[in-house]
Amino acid sequence: MEDTISQGETKQWSQFREVFRRVAKRKTAMLGLIIVILFLILGLFAPLIAPNNPLEHSLQHMLAKPSIDHPLGRDELGRCILSRIIYGARISLMIGLIVISIGILIGVPLGIISAYYGGKTDFIIQRFIDTMLTFPGILLALLLIAMLGVGLQNVMFAVGISTIPIYARLSRSSVLSIMGRQYIEAARSIGASDSRIILHHILPNSLSPIIVQSTLHMATAILWAAGLGFLGLGVSPPTPEWGAMLNGGRQYIRVAYHVATFPGMMIFITVLGFNLLGDGLRDALDPRLKI
Amino acid sequence: MGQYIIRRLLIMIPVLLGVSLIIFTMVRVIPGDPAIILAGPHATKEQVDKIRAQLGVDRHPVIQYFSFLGNLVQGDLGSSTRTGLPVTREIMARLPNTIILAFSAIILASILGVLTGIIAGVKQNSFFDHLSMMIALFGLSMPVFWLGLMLMLLFSIQLGWLPAVGSETSKHLVLPAITLAANSTAIIARMTRSSMLEVIRLDYIRTARAKGLTEKLVIWRHALKNALIPVVTIIGLQTGTLLGGAVLTEIVFAWPGIGRLLVEALLSRDYPVVQGVVLLVATMFIFINLIVDILYSYLDPRIRYT
Repeated sequence: MEDTISQGETKQWSQFREVFRRVAKRKTAMLGLIIVILFLILGLFAPLIAPNNPLEHSLQHMLAKPSIDHPLGRDELGRCILSRIIYGARISLMIGLIVISIGILIGVPLGIISAYYGGKTDFIIQRFIDTMLTFPGILLALLLIAMLGVGLQNVMFAVGISTIPIYARLSRSSVLSIMGRQYIEAARSIGASDSRIILHHILPNSLSPIIVQSTLHMATAILWAAGLGFLGLGVSPPTPEWGAMLNGGRQYIRVAYHVATFPGMMIFITVLGFNLLGDGLRDALDPRLKI
Repeated sequence: MGQYIIRRLLIMIPVLLGVSLIIFTMVRVIPGDPAIILAGPHATKEQVDKIRAQLGVDRHPVIQYFSFLGNLVQGDLGSSTRTGLPVTREIMARLPNTIILAFSAIILASILGVLTGIIAGVKQNSFFDHLSMMIALFGLSMPVFWLGLMLMLLFSIQLGWLPAVGSETSKHLVLPAITLAANSTAIIARMTRSSMLEVIRLDYIRTARAKGLTEKLVIWRHALKNALIPVVTIIGLQTGTLLGGAVLTEIVFAWPGIGRLLVEALLSRDYPVVQGVVLLVATMFIFINLIVDILYSYLDPRIRYT
């Protein structure tokens, strides 16, 4: 028994190494990985890295240009922009993880159930997904925020719910493609229960597209949440969130361009990192998905 | 073809009903009794009840839904709680601006995206291919609102070539249209490239080459026609997305469209307007999808028979 487990672990480890080897071959994917790792470090160790207190304001230094003490300058309330950006990584990281968790935890089971049971169950779930997909882009999230009220928690929930159809569709098509395989039939013929087949055979084999999608979705989640923050629907001040920071600096763009420029650049670089890594992972895990 | 269109139109009815039901339910579960808010803090119970009866919110939810549908069919979406004007009038005043912006953006994105995608696909792994796909990835990763601000900083504030905000002249359209088009251009270019790559590997292209046609003729006459079928779908979907996605661009450039109306309504809890705008955009999106599907079945007749 122990032997089987260690063999399984070795197999998984070698699979992981193989994927990493293929990702590492592509320079752009590696660049994405480096950006993502830096973003994670910023988010996790913000208090150790930030040079100043992100909340400490000083009105006499408002909109101050970049200097040695404050390398990216100060914002409209005289707060250190670099420190706020570093702490903002923490919020974006949290937003991304929670949004994806909501999408996966609800969307993937919906897709699997839909494909596995077929018939009426499939029809009802698919009509529900169709209806959700009739709200283009950020609109469903906006409607949900109208219902729930503004705030960071509600933004994460709203964006998370909006991603459910994508995960449901993806896992459904991925399950459909492996349903007819022999090993599923074999499992069924030896009397495995539905839940065992789903958890032990279907789920592990339909994970690749979900992993790829999640990486790409981290990018979308950060982008959308920043957009909602920019509209003033997200965090309440003085929490340092990139979208809200950009919104704060927007009105001073004529006199102090740095206030709006740097948070936006940070969103752009982070989202680019996740997109590069996602593209690389897609090529490495499942070349068929390449677009 | 006629039958196919009729069938597609019939399928739309349950989807439209579903959308109206979702919006109706969502707007009604919003915390806070609208009658209490309208009556003000010092109103008596009788006054609140009277307002409740006037609004019709004292009736059974099913009856409320059908009366909502009945009004909807007659184009009555209620009145804005902020301005007191009919929601339809508020929307109609802003809708043309959003349509102008979204269509300018999609035309720009289609031309640029398709051309870039074709060249990148035909010259796979060339310098142009790598560069254009990198730029496309930049376009996908760029926050729309930041791109808008940066364009404004460069072209309006630094160079003074174009106006920063407003919608008075055609010059005002340039920056918002470019901003809104960026993301779609990237998506269309990537899609065209991959579709092109798939098609030029097919047997009939090999046959066309084998019979001695020039490469130009093979690409423009044979490959392009089939490669563009999925691109048409993406362009259609993007048009719908842009109508909804214009929100951020409209805010940055103070463009008086329905996206800005939606955010203003959201921030001031003007639910009849929120309901009206969302319903309108979702309906337009469904219709655009229908047109795309019909176009698709025209371009690829196999679709109709599946």
